[in-house]
Amino acid sequence: MLTERDLKLKSAQYRKDLLRLIKACGTGHTGGDLSCLDILNVLYNRVLRVSPETFKSQDRDYYIQSKGHCAEALFVVLADRGFFPAKDLETLNRYGSHYLGHPTRDVNGVEQNTGALGHGLAVAVGIALAGKMDRKDYRVFTLLGDGELAEGSNWEAAMTAAHYRLDNLVAIVDRNGLQITGSTEDVCQLSPLDEKFKAFGFAVQRCDGNDVGDLVRTLEAVPFRPGKPSLVLARTRKGKGVSFMENVAKWHHGVPNDEEFSRAMAELEAAEAAIA
Amino acid sequence: MEQALVNLEVFSATLLELARADSNLLVVTSDSRGSAKLAPFAKAAPGQIVEVGIAEQNLVGVAAGLAAAGKTVFAVSPACFLTARSLEQIKNDLCYSDRPVKAVGISAGVSYGALGTTHHSLHDYAVLRAIHNLAIVAPADNFETREAVRAAARLPMPVYLRFGKKRMPHLPRMEPDFALGRASRIREGTDLSFLACGETVAPAFEAAGLLAKEGIQCRVLSVHTLKPLDVAAVRQAATETGGVITVEEHSINGGLGEACAALMLQEGLFARFKITGFPDDHTVTGSQEELFRHYGLDGPGLAATARQLLAKR
Repeated sequence: MLTERDLKLKSAQYRKDLLRLIKACGTGHTGGDLSCLDILNVLYNRVLRVSPETFKSQDRDYYIQSKGHCAEALFVVLADRGFFPAKDLETLNRYGSHYLGHPTRDVNGVEQNTGALGHGLAVAVGIALAGKMDRKDYRVFTLLGDGELAEGSNWEAAMTAAHYRLDNLVAIVDRNGLQITGSTEDVCQLSPLDEKFKAFGFAVQRCDGNDVGDLVRTLEAVPFRPGKPSLVLARTRKGKGVSFMENVAKWHHGVPNDEEFSRAMAELEAAEAAIA
Repeated sequence: MEQALVNLEVFSATLLELARADSNLLVVTSDSRGSAKLAPFAKAAPGQIVEVGIAEQNLVGVAAGLAAAGKTVFAVSPACFLTARSLEQIKNDLCYSDRPVKAVGISAGVSYGALGTTHHSLHDYAVLRAIHNLAIVAPADNFETREAVRAAARLPMPVYLRFGKKRMPHLPRMEPDFALGRASRIREGTDLSFLACGETVAPAFEAAGLLAKEGIQCRVLSVHTLKPLDVAAVRQAATETGGVITVEEHSINGGLGEACAALMLQEGLFARFKITGFPDDHTVTGSQEELFRHYGLDGPGLAATARQLLAKR
């Protein structure tokens, strides 16, 4: 099992892999990829009971990425976990490739085609409900963007999750506070999200979504309350790990130029060296 | 013609028969079990019905998740809401993600009559035909309903099943069996063909009876599967009979008629041809029966259209 220090090193490695990938293919949702990368790291390296060998098993844990636009982050982590060769990602977004800008089931390890926002939670609810009906002990995790929560379908699904007491369901909100236009609170106020999800019947825990230690402690504690779906409100920084990208809305889908790429990689190397 | 059951009653009974044989089969409803005639199902198989409330997007998303976990799922909601409000879930969560859910649109077309346009679905064939990986099926009578539900349950792909709410007559048929994608021949004739679907097959059959009294012999096909379309049946109708009239409880835009027109034109089959359905206009107020009469979709109206078409050189 990876230690907290191992996980920190993984996150550093993933950030470099991610920027190389985005730089090479010339497109990507850089800011959101960087904000959710630590969450994906902890899920796939500590929490999820799934591997390339068990991916088709009826008893695996499921992960649905509702914020599908951060496909690059998911692909980097899935490649590292052996779901497909990392070299495959050289074809990302290329003509005829099945690696495209959103997750699809053509990619080994991806459970559901996503990209249109507000879809993942309902699908996760369906899988979790089937698990309860069949008395299986798998869990279902889904990652939601915060801006995505303006989609009403999320709240329909939230009501159903609580109604059926789906404590095998864990929704994680990547609460980076920014969407393409700017602050989520300026675009359409979301706060207080913890109170909203509590009112919808979830057991809610806050955590630092860019702190792997805090993520491990939080995600290993699910379900937070028996009989209730869990909601992890993970405070993150968009662009996390690269100083000039952090908390800047324009990096929602910005691609670094050569100079920015070099600076970013130097920062990430230095951070990695500090952990090692 | 002998009046039988509302197709939805047969749908519900068939589902129950399937559910008894397969505990993995689930029905998901959005406060729609009553209108879907599923109350007996809910009573007999309470563990195999899932309620999500009045939330059609959620209905389809949850159904996709249940299917992802290996369930055979029928997601049931009024067609007007199912194919408009949750269209994106049908497109992405079912068709694109290849979840073989059976999306069942009830009280389709103008079945809700005077409740008006909010409750009509005259767009569903058009929008769904343009989505890849979806079979579109509108059974005409109780027999086709039973067979279509059984076949859809077996089909490993998403299916849209469309039902009205009128008590349907038993229709005669030339072949005893049923297959998705193969039109059912209800009556034979060579002067003209009616290619109809769903609850318009019965009035097309009635029109053929009226025309027969005038010596005009019509072929009547129930094109229950709009997609994949029975290409051979359309081709034969265009080449073996004196003209083709398509009939659908749908806008004249984008449905069965245009599917047949596109096929015939691209194959160079220039038969006399008429699309009947609902015009691109606000729909007048009335019951389904009144609207069928108003728009010429009842037996006499279709017979009149046939005479006009045959009068053309």
